[in-house]
Amino acid sequence: MAKPIVRLAGIHKSFAGVRALQDVSVTLEEGTVHCLVGENGCGKSTLIKIIAGVYPRDSGTVEIGGTLYERLHPIDSIREGIQVIYQDFSLFPNLTVSENIALNEQLAAGRKFVNWAHVRRVAQDAISQLEVHLPLDARVDEMSVANKQLIAIAKALRQNARLIIMDEPTSALTEREIRTLFTVIGKLQRRGIAFLFVSHKLNEVLEISQSILVMRNGQVVSAGQVSEYDTARLIYEMTGQRIAENAYEFTPDPGQPALLRVRGLAVPGVLQDVSFALQAHEIVGVTGLLGSGRTELALALFGMLPMTAGDIEIDGKPAQIRSVQDAIAHGIGYVPEDRLTEGLFLEQSIGRNVVVRTIETLRGRLGLTDPLQVQRQIRDWVTSLRIKTADPDLPVKTLSGGNQQRVVVAKWLASRPHLMILNGPTVGVDIGSKNELHELIKRLARAGMGLLVISDDIPELLQTCNRILLMRNGTIVEEILPRQTNENALAAKLIED
Amino acid sequence: MSRLFRSNEVLVAATIVLLSLVIGLNNPTFFSVGNLFDLLRSSVVMGIFAMGVLIVIVSGGIDVSFTAIAVFALYSTTLILKQSLPDASIGVGFAIAAGIGLGLGLINAFFIAQFRLPTLIVSLGTLSMFHGFLLFAIGNQIIRDVPAAMEAFARSALIQVPLTRGVANLHPAILITLGTIVLVWLLLNYTMLGRGVYALGGAREAAERAGFNVPRIQYFIYGFVGLLSGVAGMTFGSLARQANPQDIVGMELNVIAAVVLGGAQLTGGRGSVLGSVLGVILVVIASNSLVLIGVPTVWQRVVIGLIILIGTGLPALQARRVRQQGYHRVEA
Repeated sequence: MAKPIVRLAGIHKSFAGVRALQDVSVTLEEGTVHCLVGENGCGKSTLIKIIAGVYPRDSGTVEIGGTLYERLHPIDSIREGIQVIYQDFSLFPNLTVSENIALNEQLAAGRKFVNWAHVRRVAQDAISQLEVHLPLDARVDEMSVANKQLIAIAKALRQNARLIIMDEPTSALTEREIRTLFTVIGKLQRRGIAFLFVSHKLNEVLEISQSILVMRNGQVVSAGQVSEYDTARLIYEMTGQRIAENAYEFTPDPGQPALLRVRGLAVPGVLQDVSFALQAHEIVGVTGLLGSGRTELALALFGMLPMTAGDIEIDGKPAQIRSVQDAIAHGIGYVPEDRLTEGLFLEQSIGRNVVVRTIETLRGRLGLTDPLQVQRQIRDWVTSLRIKTADPDLPVKTLSGGNQQRVVVAKWLASRPHLMILNGPTVGVDIGSKNELHELIKRLARAGMGLLVISDDIPELLQTCNRILLMRNGTIVEEILPRQTNENALAAKLIED
Repeated sequence: MSRLFRSNEVLVAATIVLLSLVIGLNNPTFFSVGNLFDLLRSSVVMGIFAMGVLIVIVSGGIDVSFTAIAVFALYSTTLILKQSLPDASIGVGFAIAAGIGLGLGLINAFFIAQFRLPTLIVSLGTLSMFHGFLLFAIGNQIIRDVPAAMEAFARSALIQVPLTRGVANLHPAILITLGTIVLVWLLLNYTMLGRGVYALGGAREAAERAGFNVPRIQYFIYGFVGLLSGVAGMTFGSLARQANPQDIVGMELNVIAAVVLGGAQLTGGRGSVLGSVLGVILVVIASNSLVLIGVPTVWQRVVIGLIILIGTGLPALQARRVRQQGYHRVEA
């Protein structure tokens, strides 16, 4: 039996009378990768913050490294070797890789002056422990997300980390980068370092961890060795219900005209000779590694990347798409990859975000909008898309990830497009909402819309699309039918060169 | 090596060389010792200011009140010397001015660190406040008969080079500027406090999580900038041999422009001492020497504006190109 690093017993925690954690008992052992899964709002972040000493508990015992803590402060937690890597990594974009790795340690040691040779040595040492290659003198803002994460891990190591807590560590990584991360974790684990992973990607959870903790409504509802779990059981434990997703079956009829036909589309250096067609009622998946051209294809179709060759037909008629306005005029809607910066006005109300695309059509005489009309439309969309909110006048940022994504979808549906392009529709969305978004996509297709779903979430592609286009080096290399493949085969195809 | 050529410092240095050649080849006076000393003398005050502005911009803030602090310190110090300490040395004068500057800088720091107010708003407010208080409560008349120590300092020379007509003097105030430059360079690059300034400008929240005491760093920044401004103000008055309450205020945008030209980013976290020094040199040459090739004085402001637009625009365009290249590299 491995030595426990953290032992929590009977932890209760409430915020203003709302129970966040109820009788939670958790043991985290050295040299083990623990995965913490659960829907948004199940208490995962509260649990992490209790371990990190950010929140005091209401009752229960906290034992770290064999010491019982009456009151655990953040500094105690750090001294015991607990390092939390937040999603923003807490790095300094303007400083070099080596300084980022060494800075916290220097500061903690109470140094007043900087010895640059020492900083380099410290950074070099930490990086060689990870057995990866990182340019020490490059600025962190020149690094990829994957490298930033490795830098954050190296930084944690320099502070004698014994338990590294990572929040959604793989959500912005490509398949290959996830492999590198998992290799690094494996190495550190063999040296006795424990990990606590928070993730929504269940296949990764099952792959990397040895021990699993499932939380629901502030309680640990299930815990055990990874061998006792599979995806179905995890979903069941997380949601408390059996969710079975049915694949979307649709066979395009060659006699019907295509909703969208693309021939020989090219954008210099990014896309070359991309040809495909899509009919009404179809959900076509587009997948490929980050950089394969999958996002660029969406941008080109939506008029955001100028194409230099190729032609586009919509409903059998040639269409010129030179700008976003052209794309919208041809009935194309686009839900971007990064909904927070591109898709939503976070500070504005849910309702305003829903109607912003169609405000022109709601104008009455004198060019003024009719408030009753606007309210009615907002109410319709909030109900039909089941956006969970107390009041559509609240700002969008008060919603959970899944509900925010629904607002983006509602915004585009309001302008009644024939073709929707969804880029990473469920990134950062929890299982329950993910399922509902998938159902929504299928409902739209059944109603006659054509959908292009860009994603690298393999189960998602298999469950929602009737065809999948695989992209590599800026072109479509293969068309795959979901019923003729499985998760492993598709994953292998995705990463092969 | 390619990194070196992409850097802003090289770009600014190249512009300086180019501008010097254009001016010098048309009017050889530009390359004379006399003109060189004049340019250095003109850079003295702006150089000190630029070091203060650099620290503020690197920390992610912006301070426009430093000119008001400088003229406040200059005028008050001159009055104090005249009325109470007529026999004091120039060193005492600098110490008093530095002290007054420090005090006023700490007023900025108080609002910024304690109430987390935006730095531009605070310093816009204190700019008017300090200057208004000076004119209303301390004095609004130009003091022309400055104390003996200031008079003597104004006439002193570090190096004298005999010319065909008269002599060229290099004023010792250049040592104050050089000292400030070295001090700020050491501070920013070799102390944890200096790295804290960069960390604060790069990611405030991460700086707090790492354990930097952000309010303390801000007290230091604005206090130190106030102190430097006091010294700069006193230097200005000593060189001009007068204390005019209407002087200095109005220079702030030129100084900020010189620092930004030297590569400091207004979004914080980035900027170097070398870059700022080069930026100051470029702005000083543009504003002092264009007249040598017949550019009328009124057009100099236009030229400086153009240099700033091109100088800050080029690196931004370059950065965008690098990003796009990165984009293509991923695809290939």
